[in-house]
Amino acid sequence: MSVPELPGGLTGNEPEQASPKHRAGALSRLLHNPLGLISLIVLVILILLALFTPLLTHHSPIYASLNHVNAPVGTPDWPLGGDQYGRDIWSRVLTSIQVSLISAVIGASVGIVVGAVFGLIAGYVGRHTDAIASWVFNLLMTFPALVLVMLLYPVMGSTYQGMMLIFGLFLAPGIFRLVRNLVQAVRNELYVDAARVSGLSNWRILSRHVLYVVRGPIVISGVFLASSAIGVQAGLAFLGFGSTQTPSFGSMTNDAFANIYTAPLQIVWPALFLALLNASLILLGNAYRDALAAPQSKARKPAVPDEQAETETVATPANKTQGGLLSVRNLRVSYPMPDGGRKLVVSGLSLDVSAGEIVGLVGESGSGKTQTAFSILGLLPKEAQISADCLSLAGDPLIGKGAGLMRKLRQGVMSYVPQEPMANLDPAFTIGSQLKESLRKTVSRREAHYMIVSLLERVGIPDPEAMMKQYPHQISGGMAQRVLIAAAVMSRPKLLIADEPTTALDVTLQAEILDLLRELQGELGMGVLLVTHNFGVVADLCDRVVVMKEGELIEEGPVREIFHHPAMDYTKELVSAILDEETVRPDPPAVVSSSRQEGFW
Amino acid sequence: MNALLQIEDLRLTYPSSGFRKRSPEILKGVSLDIAAGEAVGLVGESGSGKTTLGRAVLGLAAPTGGRILFEGHDITHLDIKDRRSLARDLQVVFQDPYTSLNPVLQIADILSEPLIAQGIEGAEARKRVMALLDRVGMPANAAQRYPREFSGGQRQRIAIARALALKPRLIVCDEPVSALDLTTQARVLDLFVELQRDTGVAYLFITHDLAVVRHISHRVAVMYRGELVETGTTAQVTSAPTHEYTKSLLLAAPTCDPDRQKARREARWALKTGKT
Repeated sequence: MSVPELPGGLTGNEPEQASPKHRAGALSRLLHNPLGLISLIVLVILILLALFTPLLTHHSPIYASLNHVNAPVGTPDWPLGGDQYGRDIWSRVLTSIQVSLISAVIGASVGIVVGAVFGLIAGYVGRHTDAIASWVFNLLMTFPALVLVMLLYPVMGSTYQGMMLIFGLFLAPGIFRLVRNLVQAVRNELYVDAARVSGLSNWRILSRHVLYVVRGPIVISGVFLASSAIGVQAGLAFLGFGSTQTPSFGSMTNDAFANIYTAPLQIVWPALFLALLNASLILLGNAYRDALAAPQSKARKPAVPDEQAETETVATPANKTQGGLLSVRNLRVSYPMPDGGRKLVVSGLSLDVSAGEIVGLVGESGSGKTQTAFSILGLLPKEAQISADCLSLAGDPLIGKGAGLMRKLRQGVMSYVPQEPMANLDPAFTIGSQLKESLRKTVSRREAHYMIVSLLERVGIPDPEAMMKQYPHQISGGMAQRVLIAAAVMSRPKLLIADEPTTALDVTLQAEILDLLRELQGELGMGVLLVTHNFGVVADLCDRVVVMKEGELIEEGPVREIFHHPAMDYTKELVSAILDEETVRPDPPAVVSSSRQEGFW
Repeated sequence: MNALLQIEDLRLTYPSSGFRKRSPEILKGVSLDIAAGEAVGLVGESGSGKTTLGRAVLGLAAPTGGRILFEGHDITHLDIKDRRSLARDLQVVFQDPYTSLNPVLQIADILSEPLIAQGIEGAEARKRVMALLDRVGMPANAAQRYPREFSGGQRQRIAIARALALKPRLIVCDEPVSALDLTTQARVLDLFVELQRDTGVAYLFITHDLAVVRHISHRVAVMYRGELVETGTTAQVTSAPTHEYTKSLLLAAPTCDPDRQKARREARWALKTGKT
């Protein structure tokens, strides 16, 4: 498999790029996010209030003083006043925070421990273990959690802790499914295979590789579970489940609710602190998720760019056409950088393709060759900015054309053969229906069918009628590439742009696809721009070669010239890196002494 | 020459996925020897079973028949404890340097992993990691960095360093240079050759690229649909192939000279039309 080209610098291609900032842990990124910092501070304050309740209050939360019934806010020793029984609201709020936090810890940790342990086991072991565990957890999910929590309340000793224990069990399936799916994805990674070959025990692999990957998502959903546990505990207490001896936000709200005509302010306090607690938890979870996602987004491979409505283009006045089929003068493509600047990935490239000519565009990954091809096709992502003195196809300027016009061009005078055939076929539709789609508007159904059958026959598909009924996953990579080539030449284009069309294929298939491209090019008299890093493919097919490096044109010339007398050092280096055809490895197998050598080791 | 690795009539069928559904046999009786210090190239098209053979040797796929012997000991089905002691002698370099290194671990942690499995920790492990990085031509400050900070070629060097950490006697290399650029590919291959000369490690080098095979291997085995169709010295197989499939494989590989490629193309067409 080959690595898709990216706008340089966004990949790990340049090791020098690593700034210490990138390496900062998720925690410090969390603290640099204002939302994360504020919610963390609020949460810590609430936790401290709960911990130091005895020092901050003067009364027990259940001490009732008849002198302080509905006392106003600011009464000495009754900072938030008294409720309808004369109990200290401040003390009751602090105790409620304690109760809420304990509920959160019990509910979330039961959910996480049960869900994560079984999720790890089910995902890693797989097979029957997985099937049974999934079945049990799915069953658990079908139970109405709240009803069961209420029913089981007396069984669990009628305490809110017992209630949360039960509720935690009902939270476990969510975590189980999350962890199981993550683990299944990680289990097939090559680095887990490498660890297995190294002889690491299953336990070590789980704790080192697997847990590392899943801990972020677990922490995030744990925070959300905690907040839902708090909500459920408060809700049930509001409904009257729970001891009258333990105040909680639910029972406080209930009391204040009953008293709302006498002292409407009392309902504000439990509501305010409950909201603060829940909001700080959820926002903290969000901020942590963002902090974890930050470094990954750097390494993410971009999807094949969609056709874009508004690729920013800068049309330059000198839009002269200079003969030939495709004419590119001083093409520049740039991408925005996180620091506000722009990174130039193609800088001042010029090339021509005449009708009936095959031009190879070669370069190493990151050289900007795919970016060049996509700018001609109008397929760059919308943040890309392109400009050129001239970018025209058969005398028709391409820069500044709208998406609709570009699409029409791609279905007519120019077409595209991609690198990954499978990724460019829609798995949900049959080959036939995908091919017919572009013909629908112009010809009748029967005519379209006939055209496609003859076309598929032309590209060497043995049984075209059967092929049209197949779905992409039923055909091989070589066949898929033939189908895409058929789709590309259907409109008899003048210019065919092929981006590494054989890189994903075996040598034998590669040879056949190259033959096919050569034949079709001869029949249709197309100009072909072949983007590749494989010099063998270039030697097989191309008339002329354009060599690119880091967005710039290094050298261009007829194919024999480039292979036999390269002018530039970089081209020489590339050509000399081609593995020699004649020489086989000359040295005999290494001599190994019977005892282990301690040479460099 | 005493064989380091002996594969005898190895058969493998992946467990069937459906009820009463027979899955096809991936390996249909493969026999292959590798001597100490030797590089054996295993070529074939995708789906021929070459990767599966490598995975069976590594214990990542369970054979359904035949034996694999390492220094005379049967390693076909090993439990985790024996696998761990074998890990000292048998290591792997995978194709894709982007997924074979855990993205969240620092290079030092990745390299010390096989050492930890063998109970080497602390200062000794750190010293070894530094020596390994130096050995594969990576700077010492690479240890505190993450895989994403390195290019494909550098990541592959790190993967090679991980394979070398325990001074193995055989490394299974599964398409280790196919994802790399041309210039990088040449340099990484040179590193493989140099390491073999210095340490006497043997390679089972799985690839579909005949140019790579010529460059690295002493002997070549050609695999086609789960069977070895031809085995011989590199010169023999790549210049005077006897099996039809090997011939077509050789002619299908494009050469980097427009004129010779034309001749080869015509020879390939001749072979094709001659057959039909």
